[in-house]
Amino acid sequence: MSGLHGCEGCPVAALPITGATPRLVALVGPPNSGKSTLFNRLTGLRQKVANFPGVTVEQRRGRARLEGNHREVVLIDLPGVYSLIPRSEDERVTRDVLAGEMAGTPKPDAVLLILDSTNLNRHLVLAAPVLSLGLPTLVVLNMADELADRGGAVDPEALATRLGVPVALVSASRGEGLEMVREFLSGAVGLPPSLDLPVLADIPKCRQWAVAMGDKAGYSQPAPPVWTRRLDAVFLHPVAGPLIFLAVVVAVFQTIFSAARPLMDAVDHAVSASGAWLSAVLPASALKSLLIEGVWGGVGSVVIFLPQILLLFLFIGLLEDSGYLARAALIADRTMRKAGLQGKSFLPLLSAYACAVPAVLAARTIENKRDRIATILIAPFMTCSARLPVYTLIIAAFLPERPLLGPFLGTRAAAMLGLYVLGFVAAFGTARLLKSSVLKSDGAPFLLEMPPYRRPTLRQIALRMYDRAKIFLRRAGTVILGVAVVLWILAHLPLSGGKMPEIANSVAGTIGRLIEPFVRPLGFDWRIGIGIVMSLAAREVIVGTLGTLYGMDPKAGSEGLQAALRHDLTPGGAVALLVFFAFAMQCLSTVAVVRRETGGWKWPAVQFAYMGLLAYSGAFIANRLVTLFLG
Amino acid sequence: MHAPAVSTNPASLDDLAVGESGVLSSIDLPEGDANRLMELGFLPGARITAARSAPGGDPRVFRVDGTEFALRRDTARKLRVEAGKEGAP
Repeated sequence: MSGLHGCEGCPVAALPITGATPRLVALVGPPNSGKSTLFNRLTGLRQKVANFPGVTVEQRRGRARLEGNHREVVLIDLPGVYSLIPRSEDERVTRDVLAGEMAGTPKPDAVLLILDSTNLNRHLVLAAPVLSLGLPTLVVLNMADELADRGGAVDPEALATRLGVPVALVSASRGEGLEMVREFLSGAVGLPPSLDLPVLADIPKCRQWAVAMGDKAGYSQPAPPVWTRRLDAVFLHPVAGPLIFLAVVVAVFQTIFSAARPLMDAVDHAVSASGAWLSAVLPASALKSLLIEGVWGGVGSVVIFLPQILLLFLFIGLLEDSGYLARAALIADRTMRKAGLQGKSFLPLLSAYACAVPAVLAARTIENKRDRIATILIAPFMTCSARLPVYTLIIAAFLPERPLLGPFLGTRAAAMLGLYVLGFVAAFGTARLLKSSVLKSDGAPFLLEMPPYRRPTLRQIALRMYDRAKIFLRRAGTVILGVAVVLWILAHLPLSGGKMPEIANSVAGTIGRLIEPFVRPLGFDWRIGIGIVMSLAAREVIVGTLGTLYGMDPKAGSEGLQAALRHDLTPGGAVALLVFFAFAMQCLSTVAVVRRETGGWKWPAVQFAYMGLLAYSGAFIANRLVTLFLG
Repeated sequence: MHAPAVSTNPASLDDLAVGESGVLSSIDLPEGDANRLMELGFLPGARITAARSAPGGDPRVFRVDGTEFALRRDTARKLRVEAGKEGAP
C-alpha cells in the first residue's frame, strides 16, 4: 500500500476478494464537503438514482472505475449529514445504512468519509461517530487546492497516525489525489483500531476532540476567502443585491421561454416529421393510428419540453455550484416567509414556471420536510409552459386585441399576465393554508450555510443535466406513453362494422356526454368535457383534441378552431375554462413525480383532489360572475 | 488587520452590528435545534461575528470559525452573547 498514508502499527488488512458480490463502499460527509463531486469523479455516468424505500431520501449508487482491477466496487452516496444522531430523515437514512439496518441495502464493507479541509475543525467532528462504527474507513480531506490557495495546511500522515485510519488529501473538483482513493477502493484497507473517542452525545467535547486532532496534524486554518467577501459586498448589497437577484430571475425566464423556443420547435418538428414519415411508410390500419396518434403524439408532447428542462437544469447547476443559490435563497427568504415558506423554496417555484416536474425534483434541496412537501404541493399552481397553448387559444378566440397601456400592454398580454397572477395567488394562498394547518412549521430554525463562491465545472453540471433528463424522460415518458395508449383506445373504440368511430361516438365521446351534466354548470358542453378528460395526460392535449372534435387542424386552422369555440362556448364558459386550467392538476407526469418524491400516494392524492376541487369551484364562480356581468 | 470591534452591551446575536463580535453564552432553543446549531459551531464560548445581512436586514449572516451561516433574526435573538469576555477566535 505504497501511496496510502497509513499509520505505523495499525492493523492493515486487504479485504478478502469474494467473487460474486461486489464490495459496497458508502460515501459519508457533511453537506458542502464536495461528496457528490467525488462520487461523480469516481463513477462518471455509471450511476443510478432512486429513492430509499418508504422515505423521500434520494439514493445514488454507482460503479467505480478501477484500473487493472476487474472487481467491481459499488459506491453509495449517502445524504450529507452533520452528525449521526438521527434528527432528520437524511440523518436517519445515513445512520441506518451504516449500521446495516436499512432494508434493501446491505451493510457497507467500507466507508469513505469526505471532509472539507478548509473547514476541518467543524467537519472533523463527524469522524468521531463514523470511526466508532468500526468499519474500514478512508478519511478524504477534500478541497486541497482551495486550502493551499488560501494559505492553510494539514499533514495527512500525521492525521492518519492520530486517527488510526488512512487519510488522503484530494481535490475532487480537479481530480487530484484520487489515486489513493482508488487504491483504498481496490482493497488496501486499514481497519480502525479501538480509538479513544469522545462521548458522541457531548457536542462541545466532540468539537474539542476534533480541534485537538487537527492541531496534532499541523492543521492551520486557511485565510478567509477574500473573493467571497468581495462578491458578497455586491450580491448582498442593500440596493445592488435585489437588482442582481431580479436580473437573474429575468435571465432564467428569458432562457426557458425565448431561448428554449427554437429548440422546442426543432424537437416538435422532428417528432411530427418522423411521425409523418412513419405514417407514409406504414399501411393504413388501427395499429398505425395507435402508433402515430397515440404513441408518437403522446411521447412527442413530453419530449418537446426536454430542451426547456435541460436549460433549466443548466441554470440550476450554475446557480448552485457557483454558490449564488445560497445568496438568492437568503434574499428570497423574507418574501417566501410571508407565505409560510422559506428561502430555499424559491428555486423550485421559479422552475415551476417551466414545468412542475423539474420543480418537484428541485425541491430536494429543502432539508425541512414540511417546507419541502408544502413547496411540492403548490408548485403545480405556477403557470407552466404546458398551459400556454391552452391560454393562447382561448384568449385569442374570445378577447380582441386592443391597446391598454399604449404600445406596452395589450388586452391579450394583460389577460395572460392575469392568469400568471392567478396561479401565483393560488400557490401562495395554498402555502399559507398548508403552513397554518397540516404542515405547520415544527419550529426548526431556518439555517443556511453560505459556501464560498466557486467556479462551476462543466463536468458536474453536465452530469446533473444528464441525470435529471433521465428521470424526467423515464418518469414522465412512461406515464405519458401508458396514458396516451389508453386515451387512444378510448377515442377509437368501439369499432362499428370494423371501422373506427368518429370521436363523438367513441368511448371518450360517451364519457364526454356522461360528464356533461357535471361540466354544464361551468359553461362547458360535452366537447370541452372530452377535452378535459383527454388533457388529464398533459394540459396542451386539449388543443389537439378540440381540433379533432371540430374537424379542424389546430395548427393550420387555428382561426377555424377559434371560430368554432366562439360558437359553442359562452364568454362565461371561456373564462371558466381558463380558470379551470389555471387550477386543475391536469398532468399525470407531475402526479407520478410527486408520488416518487413524497414516498407514497397520500400527497399526490390530496394534491389532485384539492386542485380539482379548487378548479371546479373556481370555474363555476367565474362562469356565474361573467354571465351575470355580461347579462 | 485589527480585531473586530466588540459591541458595547449586546444581549443576543441580533444586537451585534455588522462587523461586531461577541462570545456565545447560551442558546434558548429546544434541545434538538440547539444541538444542530452547536454542531455547526455555535458552541457556548465561541466567538461569533456578525457578517452581512440580507438586503432587507433579515435573515442575518453570522461567521463562526471561518464559516458563514444565515439565521433569521427571531432565531438570532435566542442566541445569548456576553461582551468583553475572551472567547475562542
